Amino acid sequence: MAVTAASPIKKTNRFNRFDNPWLNPSLLLGSFLILIILLGVLIGRFVWDTDLALVGNSPLKAPPAGFSHTTLRGTTVGTMANPLGTDGDGRDMLAVMIVGAPRTLAIGFIAALAGMGIGILLGFTAGFVGGRVDDIIRIASDTTITIPSILVLIVIQSIIPVNLIGMALLISAFSWPGPTRLIRGQVLSMRESGYVKMARISGVSTFDIMFKEMMPNLIPYLAASFIGNMQGAILAGIGLEVLGLGPQRVPTLGKSIYWSVQLSGLSQGLWWWWGFPAIILIVIFIGLLLINLGLDEVSNPRLRQKVE
Amino acid sequence: MKGITLGYFLRRLGIFFLTIWIAATLIYIIPRMAPGDPITAMVSRMSQQAGYIENSDKIIEGWKKRFGLDDPWYIQYGRYLRNLATLDFGPSIALFPTPVKEIVVRALPWTLGLLIVSITLFFFIGNFLGALLAWKKTPAFVRFIIPITMVFTSVPAILAGLILLYVFAFKFNIFPSIGSYGRGVQPGWDWGFVQSVLWHGMLPVISLVVVTFGYWALGMRGMMITVEGEDYMTLAQAKGLNPFYSLYRYMIRNAILPQITSLALTLGTSVGGAIIVEYLFAYRGMGTAIFTAIRNQDYPVIQGGTFLLVVTTALAVFILDMLYPLIDPRISHEGR
Repeated sequence: MAVTAASPIKKTNRFNRFDNPWLNPSLLLGSFLILIILLGVLIGRFVWDTDLALVGNSPLKAPPAGFSHTTLRGTTVGTMANPLGTDGDGRDMLAVMIVGAPRTLAIGFIAALAGMGIGILLGFTAGFVGGRVDDIIRIASDTTITIPSILVLIVIQSIIPVNLIGMALLISAFSWPGPTRLIRGQVLSMRESGYVKMARISGVSTFDIMFKEMMPNLIPYLAASFIGNMQGAILAGIGLEVLGLGPQRVPTLGKSIYWSVQLSGLSQGLWWWWGFPAIILIVIFIGLLLINLGLDEVSNPRLRQKVE
Repeated sequence: MKGITLGYFLRRLGIFFLTIWIAATLIYIIPRMAPGDPITAMVSRMSQQAGYIENSDKIIEGWKKRFGLDDPWYIQYGRYLRNLATLDFGPSIALFPTPVKEIVVRALPWTLGLLIVSITLFFFIGNFLGALLAWKKTPAFVRFIIPITMVFTSVPAILAGLILLYVFAFKFNIFPSIGSYGRGVQPGWDWGFVQSVLWHGMLPVISLVVVTFGYWALGMRGMMITVEGEDYMTLAQAKGLNPFYSLYRYMIRNAILPQITSLALTLGTSVGGAIIVEYLFAYRGMGTAIFTAIRNQDYPVIQGGTFLLVVTTALAVFILDMLYPLIDPRISHEGR
């Protein structure tokens, strides 16, 4: 954990083939965590009956295998029939995890993708066209970014029912300002750089300059911004679900927490009801954070000099 | 005020109103882009839950007339904006005839208190730890411990809240599980009430702070490293300045500026986190008011509450923008 000052010798090493900035520990560990979740879900789909995630297909409030739960009515012991226990409505928690985790990731992915698309379009337009257009885009993104998006989403979703994709797209209506600002800033600084000027003098079309010359340099920034957006979108989605909004009849991780809070799963000591969804979510969030930190190290070499 | 030009003030004021207008308009337009109208949707959802509703088409007609939904859109929109501007959200449906304004104005101070305390805490703790992480003179063991405290970074506050609630309120009974103050405690400016409020606010504040300060620490660390590479740092070192002096006057002073900008940009997220934590702890603020309204399908309260929070957030951003030139004298000399 000591500080390794970047000595000149160390610096030359960076060009070593094995010293690839994309292979930094944060990025690897983060990707590993997300992959584990995806893999678990994929295997779970084959080996476990996902119909058990529906209401009433299992006994109520059964504890996870190996645990017992004592109430006034007696003690229930968890069995392998429901390895992670069941909730107060008789949903098998393992099945809920298998069905819910990909939904959570999908909301994040779709919302981040849509937000990113809008952001790339607006950011490049603002940076390249400049003038009035730039002013409008900048002001629009500066204002939208300060709106507490979850509040607007609460109002909208309490009025109109939405499905998963609708929810993701609504969230993306607030996830474009981040990438827009980022790309605009980068485009403005890159526009004056030597290689872009060179390309322009050589008569390369604006479109090609954007996507063939500048885009590759933006990839680490874009990736970090994408992951950041995914975090934000999942956060918003979980927030809405925990408040009881969002898709109604499908089990999701946020909905599990909502039900456990509503049906006093906490005070009854049914920790598995909210605990397992929380663990999966925490792993997802920590995974995304680590990926983001790793990508930061790729795009900002100064952070790499210090070892924590 | 020193350092603020009229142009800067007007531009920020414009952005303040623009933010509110965009939020209000989004709330207005998006539900109307969906097929059907809100009242039909509401009645059909009611009948879904309660079975058949007698004369539902007459109810729909009557309500449409009552709320003026047959008028052209620009009249409706104009009326909507006027009502928002005067904070007139009509009566609550669930607590008829209490005006929505009364409900939300009663809840707002609790949310503000929670937000101000937790934002102050996570901003200062985060930036302080971030500065320590990047500073060359920080002892190695401190540098080792800080990252460990940041495990919860980026995890939603509600999850931290759940864990804290379970451990400290239900398992060990150290903190109260719900409410803003104890039962039987009379609200008033006496020690018993203040103590009860502080005690009840503990877990909500901790769950908001514990998930956020790491973000600020990381941002601060990045800024500190950037600042450290500047020429004036080399000069400060060469001059033999006291390292504490140069840490505070040269590094933190410069590194904190983007952090303040970033604080203004993330205020909205903090507000969102706070209202969800409030719901978990049944704290008497806006989050609980809005959640109760969602359960009761009390749309005026949902709309009024969220709108008031949007205005509050925009106002806070505006105030930060006004303070910024005082902290960073360069800003007011900018041409644009």
